[in-house]
Amino acid sequence: MAQLLIIIISAVFINNFVVVQFLGICPFLGVSKDFKSALGMGIAVTFVMTLTCLITYPIYTYLLVPYGMEFMEIIVFIFIIAAIVQMIEMVLKKFSPTLYNAMGIYLPLITTNCAVLGVAELVIDSAQMASILRMSMNFGFAILYGLFAGVGFTLSIVIMSGMREKIARLPINKHLKGFPIAMITACFIALAFYVFALV
Amino acid sequence: MKVNVKKIATDGVIANNPTLKLVLGTCPTLALTTLAMNGIGMGAAVTFVLICSNVLISLLRNFIPKQVRIPAFVLIIATFVTIVRLLLDKLLPDIYESLGLYLPLIVVNCIILARAESFASKNGVVASALDGLFMGIGFTLALTLMGAVREVLGNGTIFGLKLWNFQIAFFASSAGAFFTYAVFIAMFSFISAIVSKKQKRTAYAKTLTALETNVSTIEKTTEEI
Repeated sequence: MAQLLIIIISAVFINNFVVVQFLGICPFLGVSKDFKSALGMGIAVTFVMTLTCLITYPIYTYLLVPYGMEFMEIIVFIFIIAAIVQMIEMVLKKFSPTLYNAMGIYLPLITTNCAVLGVAELVIDSAQMASILRMSMNFGFAILYGLFAGVGFTLSIVIMSGMREKIARLPINKHLKGFPIAMITACFIALAFYVFALV
Repeated sequence: MKVNVKKIATDGVIANNPTLKLVLGTCPTLALTTLAMNGIGMGAAVTFVLICSNVLISLLRNFIPKQVRIPAFVLIIATFVTIVRLLLDKLLPDIYESLGLYLPLIVVNCIILARAESFASKNGVVASALDGLFMGIGFTLALTLMGAVREVLGNGTIFGLKLWNFQIAFFASSAGAFFTYAVFIAMFSFISAIVSKKQKRTAYAKTLTALETNVSTIEKTTEEI
């Protein structure tokens, strides 16, 4: 139970994927113009991140390491992620057209989202994980970390979309419009999350 | 086929700077600009992958079927990233250590896939190699500059050399990364607006003098007639 709490607080707040580790910045800036699409993107990414950890962690520990093929990890991981995204797209199209219409446009973008490859690389790096969580990794923790890292991504992209909806109505200098003002907004969110790093 | 080196160079480094104009590859830019040295390390790794993948994709552009081009590009890029990673691990372990997680993430860096899709799959080998080189230089310059600003303000050092004891923790934190990047993009947009205005003005003045000389020659010929 205590371990679960550590994973949640660490993945969602202290090591928030977007504003602390800078992973998945492209969708964070690109798909955060309104609340609804931000939430859709967040849920889609969370789902893919959890599934990715579920598949890449056992493949790395039980297949690549015993056969001494760790150097293949990048190629293997990116293909697994592309396959997962393609499969989700096909399954959704077949069984839930409404969900597909809501999530469909974000799915192809997720393959090149660095948060997904980032979480796959992070959970297999046992030294890094040990310093973050202060406990040794196993299969269950890897899946949970993937899930809650996705929740952290969703949290920050939803906060961002709310702030950007308000800012869009303000008169802003033309050189600051678009990316710069979005990044200054992100700067304030990052300041808020910085508090957790001090604890 | 003639290759316009000057245009590719100005496009990659200034006019279409991947970091400041196109705002691609934001993740490593924000994460690694705490130190100026990181910018050079990351920039060199990305430039290497960019040149190699551009050359290979340009060579194979007539053989890869259109439907499977994205997976094919990703496979090519992932191969070169693996090569860079293994080389750095053996040759420069310090840089390998400081780039950390962001080294394998070069695979999903949008700059490389964007150049593969929009340039290398349509142009010849030499042009693609040059495009990779200058895009990489543009990326490296932007990262190193931002890294230098953040290092001086947040750490009081530059390239590891101590300047003074004055430091602002804000610029070393993640919030400072967003702020510095925002200021850089806004300044880049401001300066390029001024430059283009000046260019338009000189072009206008040029056409005006040309017109005046035309008019004077016409007057001259009318007088002669």
